Amino acid sequence: MTTTRRLLGLGALGLLPAAVLGVFFLLPVSGMVARGLVVDGSFEPGAVLEVLARPRTGRVVWFTVWSSAVATLVAVLLGLPAAYSLHRLEWTGRRVVRACLLVPFVLPTVVVGVAFRQLIGESGPLGPLGLDGTAWAILAGLVFFNVSVVIRVVGSAWESLDSRPGEAAAALGASPAQVFRTVTWPALRPAVVSAASVVFLFCATGFGVVLVLGGLAFSTVETEIYLLTTDLLDLQAAAALSLVQLVAVTGLLVLAGRLRAVPDPTVRRTTAPPRRPRRGDLAPLSATALLLLAIATPVVSLVVGSFREALPGGGSTWSLENYRALTGQGDNQALLVPVTDALLASIRVAVDATWMALLLGGLLAVLLTRRSRSRTERRVRSVLDGLFMLPLGVSAVTLGFGFLITLDEPPLDLRDSPLLIPLAQALVALPLVVRTLVPVLAGVDDRLRQAAASLGAGPVRALLTVDLPVVWRPLLASGGFAFAVSLGEFGATSFLARPDEPTLPVVIFRLIGHPGRLNYGMALAACVVLAATTALVMLAVERLRVPSLGAL
Amino acid sequence: MRRTAFLPTPATGLATVLGALLLSSCSLVGNGDDDGSATDRGGAEPGTAGSGGTVVLVTHDSFTLPKKLINQFEADTGYDLELRSNGDAGSLTSQFVLNADNPLGDVAFGVDNTFGGRALEGGVFTAYDGELPPGVADFVLPGDDEGALVPVDNGDVCVNVDLDWFEREGLAPPEDLDDLLDPAYEDLFVTSGATTSSPGFAFLLATIAEFGSDWQAYWEDLLANGAKVVRGWEDAYFVDFTAGGGDGDRPIVLSYDSSPAFTTDGEGGTTTGALLQTCFEQVEYVGALAGAENPEGAQAVIAWMLSEEVQAALPESMYVFPVREGVELPEDWARFAPRPEEPLAVDPADIEANRDTWLREWQDLVSR
Repeated sequence: MTTTRRLLGLGALGLLPAAVLGVFFLLPVSGMVARGLVVDGSFEPGAVLEVLARPRTGRVVWFTVWSSAVATLVAVLLGLPAAYSLHRLEWTGRRVVRACLLVPFVLPTVVVGVAFRQLIGESGPLGPLGLDGTAWAILAGLVFFNVSVVIRVVGSAWESLDSRPGEAAAALGASPAQVFRTVTWPALRPAVVSAASVVFLFCATGFGVVLVLGGLAFSTVETEIYLLTTDLLDLQAAAALSLVQLVAVTGLLVLAGRLRAVPDPTVRRTTAPPRRPRRGDLAPLSATALLLLAIATPVVSLVVGSFREALPGGGSTWSLENYRALTGQGDNQALLVPVTDALLASIRVAVDATWMALLLGGLLAVLLTRRSRSRTERRVRSVLDGLFMLPLGVSAVTLGFGFLITLDEPPLDLRDSPLLIPLAQALVALPLVVRTLVPVLAGVDDRLRQAAASLGAGPVRALLTVDLPVVWRPLLASGGFAFAVSLGEFGATSFLARPDEPTLPVVIFRLIGHPGRLNYGMALAACVVLAATTALVMLAVERLRVPSLGAL
Repeated sequence: MRRTAFLPTPATGLATVLGALLLSSCSLVGNGDDDGSATDRGGAEPGTAGSGGTVVLVTHDSFTLPKKLINQFEADTGYDLELRSNGDAGSLTSQFVLNADNPLGDVAFGVDNTFGGRALEGGVFTAYDGELPPGVADFVLPGDDEGALVPVDNGDVCVNVDLDWFEREGLAPPEDLDDLLDPAYEDLFVTSGATTSSPGFAFLLATIAEFGSDWQAYWEDLLANGAKVVRGWEDAYFVDFTAGGGDGDRPIVLSYDSSPAFTTDGEGGTTTGALLQTCFEQVEYVGALAGAENPEGAQAVIAWMLSEEVQAALPESMYVFPVREGVELPEDWARFAPRPEEPLAVDPADIEANRDTWLREWQDLVSR
């Protein structure tokens, strides 16, 4: 009886996320793939196989896989010391740095790409390195955009790790390297694998970075699907590549699930606050400083550019004109909505996307981390876990077109629903939320919940007393992430937005896409506004905390 | 009892945050005017054009028109105009074809002459039954016999040069496509990609119009002469072009015939020029979607897009030239943006039949 009730309860928890995923992901993607597989009413997979046999397809898939794998590896290697320095050590300004690290995440690729290229292009300060249009530039760009994922996901798991086992090991004579290998790493591995799999998926579906920084010499599966779907309307080939993506992503998720699994996920939580840096922390601190410098360079060039006013007849001068122009209608009326309005529209959408992602992600994380009582239950859990990562690994173009061809009839005529944009963004942010919360929730000893239950606490109260204090900071961290994802989102938004209520990235895109004396400077200034807003919101979010974290 | 002391804190904290989020979002999700529209759709009775209801205009993502004009349209006709954007011209057209039996809206703006053939083939539009104002007929898509695609604006994609740079270097600027192969202009030209940008594709079509089946040989020579291909127009213009405001080092760039109007020197001149023999004409169309819920509203929107007010607003809103005759241009445009007399053109049916082949061949050339 209790077993049935328990399963029913768990099922109810999963109902909402499953329905959302079904309607807004599985249905559209399968609809789009089916268009490619079914020709004139009959099932014809032959054309799809033919596409897969093309040498070009092989090249494209290979480049996608290796560039994403290398970029992920580099992001993890660079991200680990930074996660340590920013989340385990106490030093002045680390909160500000942490907030600023999310900035690359929201910056529109097109603008950052242009800023990047002004640095590494033939005539830029880094021009002699000859990076422009090479695979190295693509890798650097991918790392730039994604290293913050590693820092945030790993950092929020590291932050609450009990330092005492490590200290005990050290007292027994273990070297710092031994402590890391035998004590810290096993506890951290689930979070690192989580972060790496998310970064890999972001890289593999990264679209703008590849095109802007690699020139046209490189194609990835994602750029190829875009070309095939929008320009060539070759749905069979697009479906073939979408299937490749699906298969590859599923494989990756299975692998990640294996790597993530540790014999005992339970992690002791610490009450000790971050400590002051010691001499031994010099290495991670300097690695962090170097990383920050590398990330800051393109951002600084962007900020500097935003203060340069282009003069009639060429040349430029220091001024605030680009910013002043933002509040008006722009040079030559480029903006029919002042940037301030667009920023408000962006924030409103982002708030919606954030609560949707947190609600769905929170439900899922709870569902996924309850102890399984049978093998089937565990299987169902791991399938669900992987299912919700899929939206990150599947082409946004396939999903976007799928929306339009499958959600077009009652009762699901949702094409003009104002909920569509925040929901699409929430689906992108969802895996980040789940991947941040799951390692932490899984680390809670189930006996604590049992103890709470035997003392008379209902499930909700047990959740609030046992899980919430532990998950509070990661929840904020992932909320911040979701907010940032939404603020910077351009692809789905330009697809679904109403042009009379554009979001800030849409406005920036419009500015940079047209000639006009101030347009480029204004686009940079708008990017700075977007970046500053993100950083401020992140700072504010970090201040919200549960004072009683020490109870565990 | 520590437990009871701390229990309410996270609970209330979470409740406060969730509450705040929900409250602020309610203001968005329940935000007035979009909600009612769904129920109003198709409210116009047949035969009573202008009696109200919502008309949905689907456009690409660079569509803008002054709010004032939109309000005026709504006041004059009694329709509520709802705008919806769906990606760029290419993805817009693809979506119309895929959704032909259940259109996204009533009327569509943004299909251009490089994608017009696909829209006609897909039977996406129905004919406009109003009169075309003077001048508009010149821009009708070849092959569109029933008048389904109504021209709204046009502009030319042309090679641009930095006149100041050439004067400083004491070099005569190039004049036509063949000149770009001249070793004197080695490493000076930057263009955006045909597979990644709409002007890039227009330029590819320009070379196809000029050189016919020899276009691949032309591109091989062009690349051998150091032409650089980058992703988008903004990369080429703002990063690599010498007069784009950045610190670029290439004085020849692919841009538009209107671009020189934006590089005025403040002393009655402009520092760049468009090479009028290299231009490919782009025309954008509006059309009533077949199977629309509000066909009368669609016709009213088309008439409005051709009105003098909207036509006059096009240059400053969307950086394009009006198609209607006698519409006054902004002063800088009239002075500094001369138009090509006979722009290069490719038959839309040819484009539709060969787009795939051309783009693949082009891609192989540049990624070799």
